[in-house]
Amino acid sequence: MEHSNDGNLAQVQHVVLVLSGKGGVGKSTITTELALALRNAGKKVGILDVDLCGPSIPRMLSVGRPDVHQCDSGWVPVYTDAKKSLALMSIGFLMEDPDEAVVWRGPKKTALIGQFVSDVAWGELDVLLVDTPPGTSDEHLAVLENLKKHRVDGAVLVTTPQAVSTGDVRREITFCKKTGVRILGIIENMSGFVCPHCSECSNIFSKGGGEELAKLTGSEFLGSVPLDPLLSASIEEGKDFVQSFPNSATFSALTSISQTLLSSLQAA
Amino acid sequence: MADVPENAPEHCPGTASEQAGKASSCQGCPNQTLCASGATKAPDPAIAQIAEKLSTVKHKILVLSGKGGVGKSTFSAHLAHALASDSTKEVALLDVDICGPSIPRIMGLEGEQVHQSGSGWSPVYVDDNLAVMSIGFLLSSPDDAVIWRGPKKNGMIKQFLRDVDWGELDYLIVDTPPGTSDEHLSIVQYLSSTHVDGAVIITTPQEVSLQDVRKEIRFCQKVKLPIIGVVENMSGFVCPKCKNTSQIFPPTTGGAEQMCADLHLPLLGKVPLDPRIARSCDEGKSFLNEVPDSPAAEVYRTIVQSIQDHCSNHGTEEQSTT
Repeated sequence: MEHSNDGNLAQVQHVVLVLSGKGGVGKSTITTELALALRNAGKKVGILDVDLCGPSIPRMLSVGRPDVHQCDSGWVPVYTDAKKSLALMSIGFLMEDPDEAVVWRGPKKTALIGQFVSDVAWGELDVLLVDTPPGTSDEHLAVLENLKKHRVDGAVLVTTPQAVSTGDVRREITFCKKTGVRILGIIENMSGFVCPHCSECSNIFSKGGGEELAKLTGSEFLGSVPLDPLLSASIEEGKDFVQSFPNSATFSALTSISQTLLSSLQAA
Repeated sequence: MADVPENAPEHCPGTASEQAGKASSCQGCPNQTLCASGATKAPDPAIAQIAEKLSTVKHKILVLSGKGGVGKSTFSAHLAHALASDSTKEVALLDVDICGPSIPRIMGLEGEQVHQSGSGWSPVYVDDNLAVMSIGFLLSSPDDAVIWRGPKKNGMIKQFLRDVDWGELDYLIVDTPPGTSDEHLSIVQYLSSTHVDGAVIITTPQEVSLQDVRKEIRFCQKVKLPIIGVVENMSGFVCPKCKNTSQIFPPTTGGAEQMCADLHLPLLGKVPLDPRIARSCDEGKSFLNEVPDSPAAEVYRTIVQSIQDHCSNHGTEEQSTT
């Protein structure tokens, strides 16, 4: 299907990558929660899930495995509700067997990501969030190459507090600098656990790494999200945490981060 | 010829790829004719070279997970420490996570560099009987990013297996990145003429992890890699103050236990969350030495014993080649 790279992204106001050098820090969780928080704030949001080997977003939004249809402009994204306020595209939708592994080498991943970026009929969106796998390799380069004609507002980087995590995220920051991606800020996830029985706070994954990393690299620190079993359960079951737990500390953290992000996008 | 020659264009599919010489990115490359002729797709001689080089390695164990952040590197490092605690055993740990090499930090070897000698690259030694190799040792700064596409990562893995002077080893443990892509295909391909004892699969209890781990298990089945068993990490947290247990990563679909029952795989153990594990890793120390009496350390020791038993019962490199 021949059309300009920008065609399907022409009505997308802002594109934000969600990156981390490190796996398992909560990129997909944060992407999902930011999307829900932005939708809660009245924005039209899309999520592009380019983690081809481990696509987590469909389950987190409880969309199951619907068929993906084509229209004149390309693939129709999957909507989470009738109001079409949250659109999603993931390779998870293209696999018949959910346990089937995508055992592809780089060039094949690059080709599919090219299609995902150019050939999904997103329509009008305020924000398109791009969830990525860990690393600095084929998927990340493919996304940037295919977004070249469209503006990428920047990236948020997710880390946990430990040095093992920030050590990888430093490399991701270098990736951003080398590829000209603006760093919108750093989010520290799994930032302490408050025992629901006695309220004692335990720093299960150490403490303070996110803020230190932001200082070290001159990036903005967007905020910390605590370890919250209610959030983990919500994500597992594909529920809307933002709607279900508006009084929680986690909700405040996520809302504050999404508002800071939105202001940053609108100011630029 | 190298997988990605120096003079190759940016999107070189790799000289051994089916697309070699035929991809659109091959236009204008000086090697295009050679690649298109099929000469570069002959069985990679490195596979036989690696088999020769690793003929002195008795047992090879891969540590895999479809999911990131479940504790593969943590587990690999502590498996290495545990096996090397027997001073009569020679152990090595190979880190093939090219983009996110955590092993140098976890093993307390940050800042170390690799040396070359006549017999190849020397790994970095933690103890007399515990050697480590990682791309982390080839980077000059902690901020250096390895922004490589698949074919170049494959070339590095080949070098690690063929050009490192491992010597005689009882155990070679290979730590991998998450996923089922270049690194995983390459490690299996390059080890295809050697005896691999099997894979230890790491997961956490939630379905979000298990759904990726099932794919990894399928991958193992596809490439005929035996699975030694599954380790469930981050399996509950006991509050140090009130001693109540919280399921921070809830096993909403039955956790690793249910998955292992469904897929007829051994569950090697369930390791609880312990903040001292993260601290030990950050400080480059062995958690098993720092807090030997903790519940997590006890589970680790049981798991390591199961792995040792599997290796003893299933033969060695020498036995499989005679």
